[in-house]
Amino acid sequence: MVDILVSGLLLSGTYALVAMGLNLQYGVAKIMNLANGEVLVLGALASFWLYTTSQISPILTVIMVIPVAFIGNWLIYRFLLTPLVRRSKSQGALEVDSILATFGMSFIFIGIMVSIEGGFFFYKYLSEPIQILGSTTSLNRLVAFLIAVLIGVGLYLWLNLSRPGVAVRAVSVSSEASGLVGINVPQVSALAFALGGTITAVGGALISTFITLDASIGVVFTLKALIIVIMGGVGDIRGAIVAAIILGVVETAVATLIDPGLTLAAAYFIFVIILLFRPQGLFGRRPV
Amino acid sequence: MKRANWQELIWVVIIVALAAFWPMMVNGYWLGIGVDMMMYIALATSWVLFSGPTHYISLASAAFFGVGGFIVGTGMSDYDASFWSMLALSALVGGVLAALIGLATLRLSGVYFVIFTLGLAEMIRNLVSWVQNNFLGSRGLYVLTDFTDTHLYWMLLATAAAVYVLGWIISRSRLGFALRIIGGDETVARHVGINTAMAKVILFTTTGIFGAIVGAIIAPRWSYIEPNQVFSPQLSFFVVIMALLGGSGRLWGPVVGVIPFLLIWNWVDANFPHQSILVLGLAFLVIVYFLPHGFVGRIEQLRAHLRSRS
Repeated sequence: MVDILVSGLLLSGTYALVAMGLNLQYGVAKIMNLANGEVLVLGALASFWLYTTSQISPILTVIMVIPVAFIGNWLIYRFLLTPLVRRSKSQGALEVDSILATFGMSFIFIGIMVSIEGGFFFYKYLSEPIQILGSTTSLNRLVAFLIAVLIGVGLYLWLNLSRPGVAVRAVSVSSEASGLVGINVPQVSALAFALGGTITAVGGALISTFITLDASIGVVFTLKALIIVIMGGVGDIRGAIVAAIILGVVETAVATLIDPGLTLAAAYFIFVIILLFRPQGLFGRRPV
Repeated sequence: MKRANWQELIWVVIIVALAAFWPMMVNGYWLGIGVDMMMYIALATSWVLFSGPTHYISLASAAFFGVGGFIVGTGMSDYDASFWSMLALSALVGGVLAALIGLATLRLSGVYFVIFTLGLAEMIRNLVSWVQNNFLGSRGLYVLTDFTDTHLYWMLLATAAAVYVLGWIISRSRLGFALRIIGGDETVARHVGINTAMAKVILFTTTGIFGAIVGAIIAPRWSYIEPNQVFSPQLSFFVVIMALLGGSGRLWGPVVGVIPFLLIWNWVDANFPHQSILVLGLAFLVIVYFLPHGFVGRIEQLRAHLRSRS
């Protein structure tokens, strides 16, 4: 029981981080990014590849991933998604276009990754066993959790205390009103999208230290991140954290008590309950 | 009723009649391609039936398809049931499954629906594998029938024609009118008194029924069935891409999308098997950026252009 709680909690740290990334992309830039999971796997591939070819520590990779992912995602937003934002007449039309476009990108990412590494991204880093509250887990899970928390707290403080952070939050509430008070909405959206993608890639680099991924697993992570975002309520960071903990613990419980092959089914089960009873998110208010 | 409407139906009858002779003209490789094409035409047309007017992107085709194939497999292999009774059962289960998914997600905005369908096939595959491994004993399913590719081709052709005729009837009914209003503006639709959720659920149910039927018909072709094969998520992406390439604004859109796409795809797969997924991604981008209304959109643009000139 304690085992489940400990490893569930450690897992949820990275989940929460990834969900924060998606929240920035969907909540602020209004792009429903179905390639989110593939960006995560790209981060994982970077850390696997650098570790196996040149013994670079995944923690160092995390730092290196940040500028690359930021620029990459910014370019994607600027050159591939901005035309769609301009063309769309309504939020609904943008959603359909962005879903299809990012879906296409996800296949391109998979194609690129398969040509780099077709098998599993398997490597061992910090896998010594450690004891937490009497339950045995591995050091890499704890390290990944701590880094995720660090980045998450940093992001939270930046969003709440800095000027650009406030602008980002303003755009997520209403892009029209933010435009009226002098916020450069396209620029802030691009920033939020790039930042969201960066956080996702970092999350991927962290996850790869304790979960073995492969090029085609991205969609599962996209789905989990989306479920966390919906459960927590779009744009609600506190909700996303609680939702990530719920998903992490329930998944670990199902994997240990019933069968590891059923984690996706567990995520769906939570999703259905949320859709039926609280579609506005855990802490969201019912729309009037 | 307008004359043009009936004209459309007469064209369909002629094309279906001509298409029925395909297995007599070719054999082997091209007959196999014909079966693939009919399968995707049936799936993509039933996809357009729902997603065309509502603009909701469904990625659930593989789930229904897999359910159909799996039911035929289980029924014939483990319970000695006949193919036809299992075909009927798959249609029923596919319909019920779609209705339940619809009831859970279609009351809300379209995004929830897309997300839900995104991992659906994978989730059902996990569940089915788990049940098979733990309760049924892990073994494959055998589907042994006397059907040849020619029979399957005709059955799929009949299914595709049935989907088309159903779509034709719906678009002339109150339901079809309601759906067009929903696609235009859902808030308006709700305000004029349309039960939007119900209309969407009914349409999505038909998609589920036909998806399962196609999966059931294809099952004898494989003769040996395992979950990994029938619940391949790639099928959903194919259906979406072919339907959009043709254009989801018209019921005949998928036909003009499926044929070129499959021919190109087979060529790519034969010559560059490792890059095929890359090509799939590029195809999506081409559609979004250059063909937002598919071939149908281009054809109609051209037609309007010619008319304005003459």
